[in-house]
Amino acid sequence: MATTTAHDHAHDHSHDHSHDHAPGGLLRYLTTTNHKDIGTMYLCFAFAMFFIGGAMALGIRAELFQPGLQYMQPEFFNSLTTVHALVMIFGAVMPAFVGFANWLIPMQIGAADMAFPRMNNWSFWIMIPAAILLLSTFFVPGGAAASGWTLYPPLVIQGGIGVDMSILALHLLGASSIMGSINIITTLLNLRAPGMTLMKMPLFCWTWLITAYLLIATMPVLAGAITMLLTDRHFGTSFFNAAGGGDPTMFMHIFWFFGHPEVYILILPAFGIVSSIIPAFARKPLFGYASMVYATGSIAILSFIVWGHHMFTVGMPAAGQLFFMYATMLIAVPTGVKIFNWIATMWRGSLTFETPMLFCIGFLCMFTLGGFSGLVLSIVAVDITLHNTYYVVAHFHYVLFPGAIWGLTAAVYFYLPKFTGKMYNETLGKWHFWISAIAFNVTFFPQHFLGLAGMPRRIPDYALQYAEWNAISTIGAFALGFSQLIFLYNVVTTIRSGEKAKDKQWDGADSLEWTHLPSPVPYHTFETPPVLK
Amino acid sequence: MQKMTNFFRRCALFGANVGKIVFLCLISLPVIASYDVNIPQPASPIAVQIYDLHMYILWVCATIFVVVFGFMFYSIFKFRHSKGAKPDVNFHESTLIEIIWTIIPFIILIAMAVPATKTILDMKDTSSPDMTIKVTGFQWGWRYDYSAEHFGFYSNLTTPWNQIGQPGTGPTEKQGSDYLLEVDNPLVVPVGKRVRLLITSNDVIHGWYVPQLGINQYGIPGFIKDVWFKADKVGTFKGQCSQICGKLHGYMPITVIVKTDAEYADWVEKSKAIWSTKSPSATPVAAAPAEDDNKTFTMAEAKEKGEKVYSANCAACHQATGKGMPPAFPSLAGSKVVLGASDQQIGVLLNGRPGTAMQSFARLSNSEVAAVITYTKNSFGNSVGKVIQPADIKAARK
Repeated sequence: MATTTAHDHAHDHSHDHSHDHAPGGLLRYLTTTNHKDIGTMYLCFAFAMFFIGGAMALGIRAELFQPGLQYMQPEFFNSLTTVHALVMIFGAVMPAFVGFANWLIPMQIGAADMAFPRMNNWSFWIMIPAAILLLSTFFVPGGAAASGWTLYPPLVIQGGIGVDMSILALHLLGASSIMGSINIITTLLNLRAPGMTLMKMPLFCWTWLITAYLLIATMPVLAGAITMLLTDRHFGTSFFNAAGGGDPTMFMHIFWFFGHPEVYILILPAFGIVSSIIPAFARKPLFGYASMVYATGSIAILSFIVWGHHMFTVGMPAAGQLFFMYATMLIAVPTGVKIFNWIATMWRGSLTFETPMLFCIGFLCMFTLGGFSGLVLSIVAVDITLHNTYYVVAHFHYVLFPGAIWGLTAAVYFYLPKFTGKMYNETLGKWHFWISAIAFNVTFFPQHFLGLAGMPRRIPDYALQYAEWNAISTIGAFALGFSQLIFLYNVVTTIRSGEKAKDKQWDGADSLEWTHLPSPVPYHTFETPPVLK
Repeated sequence: MQKMTNFFRRCALFGANVGKIVFLCLISLPVIASYDVNIPQPASPIAVQIYDLHMYILWVCATIFVVVFGFMFYSIFKFRHSKGAKPDVNFHESTLIEIIWTIIPFIILIAMAVPATKTILDMKDTSSPDMTIKVTGFQWGWRYDYSAEHFGFYSNLTTPWNQIGQPGTGPTEKQGSDYLLEVDNPLVVPVGKRVRLLITSNDVIHGWYVPQLGINQYGIPGFIKDVWFKADKVGTFKGQCSQICGKLHGYMPITVIVKTDAEYADWVEKSKAIWSTKSPSATPVAAAPAEDDNKTFTMAEAKEKGEKVYSANCAACHQATGKGMPPAFPSLAGSKVVLGASDQQIGVLLNGRPGTAMQSFARLSNSEVAAVITYTKNSFGNSVGKVIQPADIKAARK
């Protein structure tokens, strides 16, 4: 082990030297193998996609402001819902987490860089053609995929070339995720500094280790499913066509076998981030570190046996419904443990409420609300009346926006001082939080009511009894969308002209990047492994 | 059980009212009676169980939320750095507490799972029905077949496109109270009978969803799934397609009318006369109502009837102007198919174009198909001058 470390170190060192004379400008970023550069590129990419996906969401909400068709054809509306989801999941949230993984994992375990720096470069740059392919589907004959992001056949078989381009884009994004995951797992298992045992790693490393395994297990499943779609579309196979002996339901099973773990891929790294931030502002260690690790592991394992809860209305037998219901309900136990641990971390702490902490507290409340509506949906009979209604839309936005997005937002505010050496504007940060929190709830809380009252999702137009809540929801959505511009402004001005940040900006932050490294962190860190207590 | 039900109903009402008022105060909008906030009034035993289950779980969750976040907000106020709170750095592990807060949620979950399991078993028991109806979804409407009575019919949206509107201009006519929920031929069932539905689809996956009857079931092409309900009371119950099925997914509503036995028997007699499928050659889906097949249209008659058929069936995709939205929905103005030999156009209407959104319109009557073809050949700047007769369509069907 020692020799391996020494070897890797020597290798990285020689590599570093070439960087000192590396090209500048665009070529620097094209050829870079530095984990911080790559992390930055991932984060910028994700930020851009976040705004593109958000603009699509505003298009959706604008059409839904009033009953009737005002702004777009139903087919284009369906494309917007489809591509909004794909862009947010594969373009914004996943790359953003990989960006933080790139920045933080080597620093938090005392490594000089990621294990496979060149593959790291590739896994970023492969996403650019994928994003171009995905977004350009709006401009090809037939338009973008309009089947919902779940791409259920036979509907998706009717789509035009936009569907094929989206499938190819998903293949590329999947390949990127798999490469990123291999890199993260290898780094975490092999490049830890002496003394950094697995159970001493910050929880962000742990949640990413588990997430990376989820990605490796499920991305190939997605790839298989969409390849079968492709051959059904063009090469006369009948995997999902009953007339040829196939079954559309099989696609749902395969898709959701990927899709449910994917949900945890989107949230586990956020759990890790929150587990770093809350202790920092409570000024005491994370409560129940070991149980946090076990809870994350349990959630990941359970995530493989609950996929059927997305399909309670396909007409599966009672035994199947019961199994998937019980398994789904069980997830509440480890998730509850995590929530309790975070609250216990705050208990008897010494709390301050800077922007990252505000977003984490928002995360706790709103994510738990989304968890509860998930529990409601897990009850098969109740799901029958709520399946594919706005209740489901409200549910997953409650777990994904305050969950994944606020987790990431908190991380941006928390780490900007460390990454850039400059402090963000605290007042603007607080405005950003409060407007987001209010606007988010105005947007999505009424959608619970819409769903309970029976409004189906993915419709561009609706009956008159849904008009008032939809109008309110749209007003909230625009406030939410535009409040993110405060975020953008704050980040840009911090980078350009923020005040100088301290090396240890946050009192209670105790991982290596805060205790062993200056702000801003140098281009190369831990060329010799840190000495741990 | 009845008491429990009433209790939950009242709690629901109270919760709903409190929710309404609090929320409305927050956003300071005038109180409007149509702010629906809960599952609509259930009308079948299963729907009642669903309603009660939801209220039960909602209240359990609300209680947990208040208790758990009570602790958090207490911490937020009590343990503030600004108030000089000193962190208790040794309080970061407690096996006892951790075991307790693993076991308690587990027990609560069991308390939820028991009633939930009972409802599933009731819901899935489709045995000994009093009657069976086959439901077939298609892009974009429903067909109902009363197989035992040998009749069946299509059920389509009747909301005029002027109320729905066009992108850019919006609706040009005031929307009626049943906007997007009105159909030409509703499903009719007798009250108090166990009705079994066999649900399938002709093209893509659809969802037959009527919340008040407690049913939401995908129709999957090539497969038949069954569900059941027993309507408790006479009335009209509305629903919509619940699974995205293409362009007009939002425009395929469901209406179920529950009648007394006597009224239902009457309706069946009338329906048999209109929609009989008894002729041995007629397959249910391709069967078209035999409506004045022997009529000979003049150009004016055909165009008048054709325009109505066109706006009900074609205008959503090919547009009222006939310009369509290429390439998904081709223009009919100047189209080779429309301007060319009528055989080809008749073939497209009767068989559809597989693999595209152009479905088969074989369900329309011969006179309707004839009229709409005549209309397209002589409108939007097209002037073929030929009048297609119902007999031509009848001949083409063979």
